[in-house]
Amino acid sequence: MTAENEVTTSRQRQPDIPKLSGIVLDEEHLLTLTEISQACAVQTGYIIELVDEGLLIPESGPESRQEEPHFWRFTGEQMRRARVASRLQGDLGINLAGVALALQLLDEIEELRERLEALSIDDWDRPG
Amino acid sequence: MEYKDYYKIMGVARDASQDEIKRAYRKLARKYHPDVSKEPRAEARFKELGEAYEVLKDPEKRVAYDQLGANWKANQEFHPPPGWNAGFEFSERDFPGGDASQYSDFFESLFGHAFRSAQAGRAGARESGRGAAGFGSGQTFHAPGEDHYAKVMVDLEDSYMGATRTITLQVPEVDAHGHVSTRERTLNVVIPRGIRAKQYIRLAGQGAPAPGQGKRGDLYLEIEFRPHPYYRVEGADVYLDLPIAPWEAALGATVKVPTPGGAVELKVPPGSATGRKLRLKGRGIPAKTPGDFFVVLRTEPPPAADEADKAFYRTMAEQFKSFNPRAGLGVEA
Repeated sequence: MTAENEVTTSRQRQPDIPKLSGIVLDEEHLLTLTEISQACAVQTGYIIELVDEGLLIPESGPESRQEEPHFWRFTGEQMRRARVASRLQGDLGINLAGVALALQLLDEIEELRERLEALSIDDWDRPG
Repeated sequence: MEYKDYYKIMGVARDASQDEIKRAYRKLARKYHPDVSKEPRAEARFKELGEAYEVLKDPEKRVAYDQLGANWKANQEFHPPPGWNAGFEFSERDFPGGDASQYSDFFESLFGHAFRSAQAGRAGARESGRGAAGFGSGQTFHAPGEDHYAKVMVDLEDSYMGATRTITLQVPEVDAHGHVSTRERTLNVVIPRGIRAKQYIRLAGQGAPAPGQGKRGDLYLEIEFRPHPYYRVEGADVYLDLPIAPWEAALGATVKVPTPGGAVELKVPPGSATGRKLRLKGRGIPAKTPGDFFVVLRTEPPPAADEADKAFYRTMAEQFKSFNPRAGLGVEA
């Protein structure tokens, strides 16, 4: 696990500090195998394992899994998945198949939570 | 500093076997793992748990910890006894890696810098290699500094207009003597227009400094929207529940609707029912292909506040005598 920082934000811009512009990891800005490995603090071999297990599907083209890892590209969302995978594996002592299952269940829970929120359940709690 | 009762944290007896300790740790770790848990204090609990396990899983550290005696109470004011540490030797393999900042002062005073200083020269290896080491393969990469992460809360409106936000990071630092402290770092960051929740902004070179010659790591900011009192966001689409009066629903109307990009006029078609979804194309989160803005209608009947109102509702009941809103439920009217 890399250092997780606590953050506070404020609207007031501090005038004496330079303004930083970063790159948004979107559909156009993808990460290479080296970059995603560095970002997750794992070795490239671990990312390759995740791809082999089907936990990560690289972006470059439909045949990408057959392509050389050198040509793979990953989204920010895949980076998040890879980080969660490596943390779950390291912290909970589960194997890759278990991590894959955990991730799948977490995705489902998230989706259900969102649907629950969208239903705004409290409307149904009215008495009478 | 406060005494930590590691046995209590793990929920095991002082004479628990190593196997019992491992089982207790696994069980609690699954429950409080920040990637899994929705418990409010999960992250703090998980760190505390990790620290307790760090000590109790290692027979050397456990024996040393037990030497403090069983009479200490959790959170009691604590000072390490004189000569602490003299008779123990902790193996380097168990050194708890680069996330030293997550350990308590209590842990630090017992197991921390005593032997961190012995290997302060190796700080670099700790900085860059630790993730890999977690998977047993050791020290192949000698690369740049560690990448850092932080979550940033922004308002949905920021994504419509773009914004600059000042963020303050707590950065852990280990000095030459092995002492850990946190330093505040303040950055002004441009939040670009069209940013979405869960997207990352990468700030090159704003992560940890590299050991030796390598370049600094990057800083990744993960975007999250503050919950909004009336908008809901799904990907690039934005939803609004819009209350309308029954006559607006029945007869149609043009109503003013707020959007994060400013108020717009919306035509409610006649005969609209609660739950009807109206789409304002392209008024979601801006992008080359912008998201859509969805208005979900909800009819809001006016309250029957006085006698005249009640009389009106009675007239309405008379007028709509054959209307049964529960017709589809299979019960008699």
